[in-house]
Amino acid sequence: MASETTGEVVHHVASYEGMPQLEFSAFPNQIFWMVVALLAIYFIIARVALPRIASVLQERHNVISDYLSQAEDFKSQAQEAEAAYETALAEARAEAQRIAAETKAEIQKDLDKAIAKADAEIAAKSAESEKAIAEISANALENVKEVATSTAGEILTALLPAAADDAAVAAAVAKRMKG
Amino acid sequence: MASGAEEVSAFNIHPMDQFVVKPLFGAGHTDINDVMKDLAWYTPTNVTLWLGIAVACIALLFVMGTRGRAVVPSRTQSVAEMIYTFVRNMIVDITGEEGLKFFPYIMTLFMFILFANVLGLLPYSFTVTSHIAVTGVLAIAVFLSVTILGFVRNGGKFLKIFWITEAPLALRPILAIIEIISYFVRPVSHSIRLGGNMMAGHAVVKVFAGFAGALGVGAVAPIVAIMAVYGLEMLVVVIQAYVFTILTCVYLNDALHPGH
Repeated sequence: MASETTGEVVHHVASYEGMPQLEFSAFPNQIFWMVVALLAIYFIIARVALPRIASVLQERHNVISDYLSQAEDFKSQAQEAEAAYETALAEARAEAQRIAAETKAEIQKDLDKAIAKADAEIAAKSAESEKAIAEISANALENVKEVATSTAGEILTALLPAAADDAAVAAAVAKRMKG
Repeated sequence: MASGAEEVSAFNIHPMDQFVVKPLFGAGHTDINDVMKDLAWYTPTNVTLWLGIAVACIALLFVMGTRGRAVVPSRTQSVAEMIYTFVRNMIVDITGEEGLKFFPYIMTLFMFILFANVLGLLPYSFTVTSHIAVTGVLAIAVFLSVTILGFVRNGGKFLKIFWITEAPLALRPILAIIEIISYFVRPVSHSIRLGGNMMAGHAVVKVFAGFAGALGVGAVAPIVAIMAVYGLEMLVVVIQAYVFTILTCVYLNDALHPGH
């Protein structure tokens, strides 16, 4: 290929004639250096990179599953705590209701007692009052009778001194008052 | 070719020059066509340089990047982990858990091709995987190891991959011939697919770059074209690394489970 171009024509800028890929005399050189490079890459990959990356990935996997199981633990702990809280809450509520009921009953008892006592007192007071009222009204009647008798006597003495008779007046007043 | 040389030189488009293997030290030849002629197998060349850069990048990513061994990874570490998981899943999906024995080899292959391809996209770089010498050796290595592995693990039963029991009996010999041919074509397609893609893409970019140099102000059009092709190439280099690796897994699966 090259022999044609050498000699008669001097290129402005020398250009390769044909394909460098097919220049077999360069093959051993390329193959040799490629094998060297492949061995180097194989060494890097097989001895260093793959075991290291595999261990890193494994470790990451372990860490993640550790965290996940920890999270699972925490979750079940939280659920337990929630259940305990619910139980405590229910107990406390029941206790509170019991205390409230007890207190209410006690108060009701006291109240009933107080009401009964008050009722009794009121009944006693009203009985007393009725008695007083009866006494007062009896006294009043007596007084009226006296006043009426004495007034009638006085009137009789003034008008008809001859007819004055205390006993008859008293009897007439009593008779009128009954009527 | 000699007669057209002057027209070509007016345009200064040399799409193939980027693929020339040159010694790193002491350029002895003035004609670029002679540079590759008498390379010794041990001469440090641009192939050596770019392979070295690829190895350094892989070391940086996989050794320095994962040095922290952090449970919550740094950016570099998570890139390394993503590649690890990606390749591992690919092997498990295609070959099953058994294939994981070959994880380091497949990973080596993938990282080598990926970094060689991606580094080749840097301007003025050299694309190792654009050479059939490199991809061919890789493909032949895969072909030979898979074939040997198939016979070692399965003995004569490995030949069942050529004998399709699902097909009617009359068709089986014909299918067997087709299968055998396609089996032996595997290393060829495997290597040329990768090398050809790399070479074609880079040559296209270089041709557009040559147009840009010749067009002056009109260079905007080829520059836009270069950007588009470059974007496409970004995709292609990664996909080709993936394709090479996934085909390796498929061939490995044939060796591990020749029944189907």
